[in-house]
Amino acid sequence: MNKTCRIVNLQEEYSQLYKENLSLLENGAPEKMNASRAKAFDLFVEKGIPSNKVEEYKYTNLQPFFKGSFDIALSSDAALEGAAENFNCGVPELDTHNVFLINGWFANQDDCNQLPKGVVVGSIREKAEQYPEVFEKYYNENTPNNLDAMAAMNTAFAQDGAFIYVPKGVVVEKPIQLVNIMSGDNDRLVFQRNLIVVEENAQVKVMLCDHTISPQKFVINNLTEVFVKENSVFDIYNVQNQHNLTTQVSGMYVHQKKHSNILTNNLTLHSGVTRNNIRVTMDDEHCESHVYGLYLSDKNQHVDNFTFIDHAKPNCQSFELFKGVMDDSASGAFTGRVLVRPDAQQTNAYQSNNNLLLTDNAKINSKPQLEIYADDVKCSHGATVGQLDDEAMFYLRARGINQTEGRILLMFAFAYEVIEKIRVEPLKENIRSLVEKRFRGEFDKCDSCVVCGQQGSSVSCL
Amino acid sequence: MAEDQDKILEEVTGGEYKYGFYTDIEMEEFPTGLNENIVRLISAKKKEPEFMLEFRLKAFRHWLTMKKPDWAQLNIPEIDFQDIIYYAVPKKKPELESMDEVDPDLKATFDKLGIPLDEQKVLAGVAVDAVIDSVSVKTTFKETLAEKGIIFCSISEAVQEYPDLIKKYLGSVVPHQDNYFGALNAAVFSDGSFVYIPKGVRCPMELSTYFRINAINTGQFERTLIVADEDSYVSYLEGCTAPQRDENQLHAAIVEIVTLDRAEVKYSTVQNWYPGDKNGVGGIYNFVTKRALCKGDYSKVMWTQVETGSAITWKYPSCVLQGDHSVGEFYSVAVTNNHQQADTGTKMIHLGKNTRSLIVSKGVSAGKSQNSYRGLVKVSKKAENARNFSQCDSLLMGDKCGAHTFPYLEIANNSAKVEHEATTSKIGEDQIFYCNQRGMSTEDAVGLIVNGYVKEVINQLPMEFAVEAQKLLQISLEGSVG
Repeated sequence: MNKTCRIVNLQEEYSQLYKENLSLLENGAPEKMNASRAKAFDLFVEKGIPSNKVEEYKYTNLQPFFKGSFDIALSSDAALEGAAENFNCGVPELDTHNVFLINGWFANQDDCNQLPKGVVVGSIREKAEQYPEVFEKYYNENTPNNLDAMAAMNTAFAQDGAFIYVPKGVVVEKPIQLVNIMSGDNDRLVFQRNLIVVEENAQVKVMLCDHTISPQKFVINNLTEVFVKENSVFDIYNVQNQHNLTTQVSGMYVHQKKHSNILTNNLTLHSGVTRNNIRVTMDDEHCESHVYGLYLSDKNQHVDNFTFIDHAKPNCQSFELFKGVMDDSASGAFTGRVLVRPDAQQTNAYQSNNNLLLTDNAKINSKPQLEIYADDVKCSHGATVGQLDDEAMFYLRARGINQTEGRILLMFAFAYEVIEKIRVEPLKENIRSLVEKRFRGEFDKCDSCVVCGQQGSSVSCL
Repeated sequence: MAEDQDKILEEVTGGEYKYGFYTDIEMEEFPTGLNENIVRLISAKKKEPEFMLEFRLKAFRHWLTMKKPDWAQLNIPEIDFQDIIYYAVPKKKPELESMDEVDPDLKATFDKLGIPLDEQKVLAGVAVDAVIDSVSVKTTFKETLAEKGIIFCSISEAVQEYPDLIKKYLGSVVPHQDNYFGALNAAVFSDGSFVYIPKGVRCPMELSTYFRINAINTGQFERTLIVADEDSYVSYLEGCTAPQRDENQLHAAIVEIVTLDRAEVKYSTVQNWYPGDKNGVGGIYNFVTKRALCKGDYSKVMWTQVETGSAITWKYPSCVLQGDHSVGEFYSVAVTNNHQQADTGTKMIHLGKNTRSLIVSKGVSAGKSQNSYRGLVKVSKKAENARNFSQCDSLLMGDKCGAHTFPYLEIANNSAKVEHEATTSKIGEDQIFYCNQRGMSTEDAVGLIVNGYVKEVINQLPMEFAVEAQKLLQISLEGSVG
């Protein structure tokens, strides 16, 4: 059964929602998940839904978006109710292992036998029971105590999500795709919690594709915890493709061990209000992390990328690149905090944020930060805000390319720097064409996606 | 009963006797603490007109509602505002007989800075002989300025003599409710300087607080107001390269600058207050609000600062670029050593069309110090064709210090071009090796490299200041190598 809640006075009603439904929240959930709730809830109540008075949320006031009348699914049946059963969101020429989640709950997945031996993919609820040693060891271990209110909210309310475990030395060739589908007859409040553990010498690539397929208002709070052990390689691509009424707070907490190499790429192609909290902790020497993002916003969309790279140990390297194109009345924000802790010598940290403003009403706030407590480091950050280069445009026009085409060409060239970083060739190709279409205004949905292919015509994303 | 009556009688008569010894000595110091009465007393003491008292009271009442800011990357010890004397006539320092009595450390620093002997005496509080006739120097200056119609006096004097100007401009750039320390200053400021440059006048000399009567002792709550009328120009120097020992721990000053059409103000600061000892004991807390309003079209303000002193520095000289085509520039060198903390930077607020701003900030941190750059570049919706370039570099010396940058870019106009760059690094071993190899000691080599690193900023200082500032940097970093 879907539970309907009406939220006017954030704190009180969310508290009430939690307290009244605690038994339902806890029902069937793994022990540690339930054990973590109380503390997280207290923290959430103390901090509340962040408004722009909170320094970390200075440019994104979440409060108004968390008000309203929402359905919340407190069981799997309720979440999957009425949703179409078979989805396929494959990228052509890209053979992926697909996992479908509907409204934050695990729905179904491709045949697991095609995955290398020992690799576990599935619902976090189920797999926690089957692999308690992994779950107990990692769940909620990478969300520091004083953390973000939204992460605390997720820990308090989340019931299901995806679980991925790659054992030692296993290389998963096929990317694993988590398709998060939002669907329902009423406005919805969705929580989702994912846990990904990549053991020593293992490699895996994960794609997170977020889709809203029904036109209702969705408020989503999802959080992905990732543990990357020694010598392993991990990629995660988050393709966010939501309609304008969606509010999404997406947390990505990555914890790295020695010689590991990670890449996160947040591609916000379409959204209502999106806030990405990306935190990478390099907790051992010789880690390498690549944190990238591309956000293309128009209409009244708002995208806020908040990244925190924690260089806790010496000899680590981080590379950060976020690029945004703001059209119409869109607004964007970027915060890039790089912390180099005492004695984290030989750190290299590079960060760059570039933005294009296309109209008078578009807005961008950029806040790169360096906090450095060690001396033998090379750190730099750069931020720019500007327009398309007139000279470049002139060059194109002088060669017979019209203004519209020239604009698209230049915008695309600007965005391509981020697309280029994708380490999965077919996905890169796919994103490339999506972005190009997006700039041409032809973009409704990723048409390679069967979800959209089926229903895209009836539900317009734009 | 009769006994009681006697007692009362005795008391009453005795009372009369007691009051008979009424002394007419003026209190030189106010009681410690801060309340509305103190604010009234300060105003009365300075014989201020009604509007000033109101200004102070408004500020004070607002201050009571405010909380001490904690957003800076600083560790500020609790300040007891009730334990401060808010008004005191400058006390006479004990005069020393000759240079021999001066603290040898202080003297060594003077020598390194190359300060002339006579000036050294003034700074160290030695009785000055008649060789420099400071009074005559001042009068000559005053005459030259008066000829041009330039007003340069203490702010208390200005309140008496030019109330219209004060009324019009005081608090117009930094309103009394602006920030915690700003409000405090507005309520209790003791003195400061006032400069007015009339239309079309180019001030023929660098104005400096150093030459001003009564202002050699910088007050604890200083307030400076500079107004540059149309087509005028002035270069103003504040501070001194020489180390300043001051008994006040808390300094909360305000500097306001207003430039009208086509006026230009160049404001240079060298701050070298007592930074505390090697273990971080003592030192000045320097909380300053500096802001310029480029009110007129084509006006320009240039801030240059060299910050080497103070235990805690909290200072953001800013420009509000209101006039079309106005320009704001900010050049800063902040050096921290031992346990010093600095959180400094600028705000460039673009409101007018075709406004431009430039930020060059160089931080050097050594020892166990923390040095932060915090800056805002804001382009409002109507600020067409705004242009900003910021460069914030940090140099780290030692593995116990911290260097941080917190730039904020808020852009709401699509014709804006804003660029920000920051780098953090340490002095390369190869650079030091190169110098060593050529016979320079490591300390000299570091001095040389740091001077090269900050050259861009030092070049903006007036000549005589620049030379001293360069030496000052070297001294500030003494003992940070090896």
